Amino acid sequence: MAAVMAIAENLRGPAVGRPSAADARRYWLQAKRSQLTPYLFIAPNMALFSVFVFFPLLYAFYISLREWSLIDTPRYIGLENYARLASDTLFWQSLSNTAVYSIATVPMSLAIGLVLALALNRDLYGRTILRSVFFLPVVISNVATAVIAAWLFNDNYGVINALLQQVGIGPVAWLSSPRWALFSLVVTSLWVRIGFCMVVYLAALQSISPTYYDAAQMDGASRWQQFRFVTWPLLRPATFLLLILGVIHSFQVFDLIYVMTGGGPGFSTTMIVQYIYQAAFVGSEMGYASAMGMVLFVMILIFTLLQWRVNRRVEDVA
Amino acid sequence: MIAGTSRSALSGRLETTSIWLLLVAGAGVMFFPVYWMFATAVRPKDEVFSGAAGLIPSSFVWQNFADAIGRVPFLSWTANSLIITVFAVVITVTINLLCGYAFAKFRFAGRDILFLAVLSALMIPFQVIIVPLFLVVSELGLLSDYWGVILPRAAEAFGIFMVRQFMVSIPDELLEAARIDGASELKIFFKIVVPLSKPIIAVLVIFTFMWRWNDFALPLIVMMKHEMYTVQLGLNLLRGQFNTEWSMIMAIALLSLVPMLIIFTFFQRYFVQGISGSGLK
Repeated sequence: MAAVMAIAENLRGPAVGRPSAADARRYWLQAKRSQLTPYLFIAPNMALFSVFVFFPLLYAFYISLREWSLIDTPRYIGLENYARLASDTLFWQSLSNTAVYSIATVPMSLAIGLVLALALNRDLYGRTILRSVFFLPVVISNVATAVIAAWLFNDNYGVINALLQQVGIGPVAWLSSPRWALFSLVVTSLWVRIGFCMVVYLAALQSISPTYYDAAQMDGASRWQQFRFVTWPLLRPATFLLLILGVIHSFQVFDLIYVMTGGGPGFSTTMIVQYIYQAAFVGSEMGYASAMGMVLFVMILIFTLLQWRVNRRVEDVA
Repeated sequence: MIAGTSRSALSGRLETTSIWLLLVAGAGVMFFPVYWMFATAVRPKDEVFSGAAGLIPSSFVWQNFADAIGRVPFLSWTANSLIITVFAVVITVTINLLCGYAFAKFRFAGRDILFLAVLSALMIPFQVIIVPLFLVVSELGLLSDYWGVILPRAAEAFGIFMVRQFMVSIPDELLEAARIDGASELKIFFKIVVPLSKPIIAVLVIFTFMWRWNDFALPLIVMMKHEMYTVQLGLNLLRGQFNTEWSMIMAIALLSLVPMLIIFTFFQRYFVQGISGSGLK
């Protein structure tokens, strides 16, 4: 690198005086080249985004105003698809399922993740292995998770019913009764999500300077007070991040449910994304499915902006 | 005084021990599903459906794995998944590094707007545009084609964001010096930027591998021919077709996890780094 610096010094030398024509030309070429460079560097990504994200979003809106089964020609019907959504009870059920699923999984996964992070932030024997075990489900595919869960919760031969039977309970119709199917799904989702929450909270905990605790201890703060007035406020950014990601995740959950319950029994575990998929690829209603996609997009958008605003306001106050 | 200290030390140790025991119990519950998949896969097949199957298999029938591979085209699924994953990793990592570098280290007209566009791509989940995306892939003639699965997700907004955050800290003087030295922009990128970015490249490689290997929804709509199925699609197919052959399903499920388990074992810290750095999965 020293050589580079030396050359740099040399080059800078003559530039102080009158630059030669060759120098000026080289400089101009270089400036022109470096102006083009960043655009070339971002071009592949931007091209892919345009073709596979931004164009499809516009296209979705275009299709959502039409009736189209893929094999016939699209017919413009205005906002009819959106009007139809309002009176589609299955759409509303899939929305309410999504809401119930979200309320059941997000706060719980945050709470368990936080408790685990607090415990595993201590100096404990075998801490690394314990962390790995709680984190492991994060890397397992949703399809594999769904297959394993379907076997564990199997009504007839599942190990959960077998274990329950030994203490005189059950058998419970985990996957064939609407209420228990949603419950099984929530339990499985928690299994997947808590390791993720734990890792985010652990990183946040490790970034808290010990001096805060020293000061709190000097003031005679109890351990609950230390948590309440030091740890919890300092974890707020992590909590907000996990809240946003958790809710967005539950708006998008697909693989796990598609493979584990198929949205059933009936429509008891059909979430919004699954309903979109069915409308498009089972019912061949491209326009109607696109309209639902647009509604989902607007919901995610509103939710994210809302969270950002609230987060900013809380930070302003704090 | 001494008695008081030792009593608080004792209660401290008691607390640590009980927390530890709770954690071990929790870890046992968390690990049980994975263990049970293994136990179901290796136990004698007639034992699977007897309600009294013990927690530990009566014998370990390794032949079950060979039988499972012999009955379903698992090897062809694996080959498809590997082809898709390897190409996707190479492409995604290369273009995301270039893009993140440009956003971090160049000033150019429209930079902030374009970066905002990248961030907004984060807010357009694939599920929202599943219908038009299917139509685009179909129009491009990429249905049942590897590229139909690789290209739509090659640009990864999270990746660009992560790379940009990392590269902002590369000193400008280093790049300027090389520029004055007459090095081409590509040479600067490969000789200076890439070697300095090894940690973020490792994170990016591992996450892209996981995303593509575990991907399901996109292959589900793109891969219409069975011979193009990926491991995840194959596993889903088994769940539908051999609904009662749990021994075989669990064997294939376990095999489908092997690449991720190997990567997880050796590179776990990169997962943790990636997630705690930007909160993504």
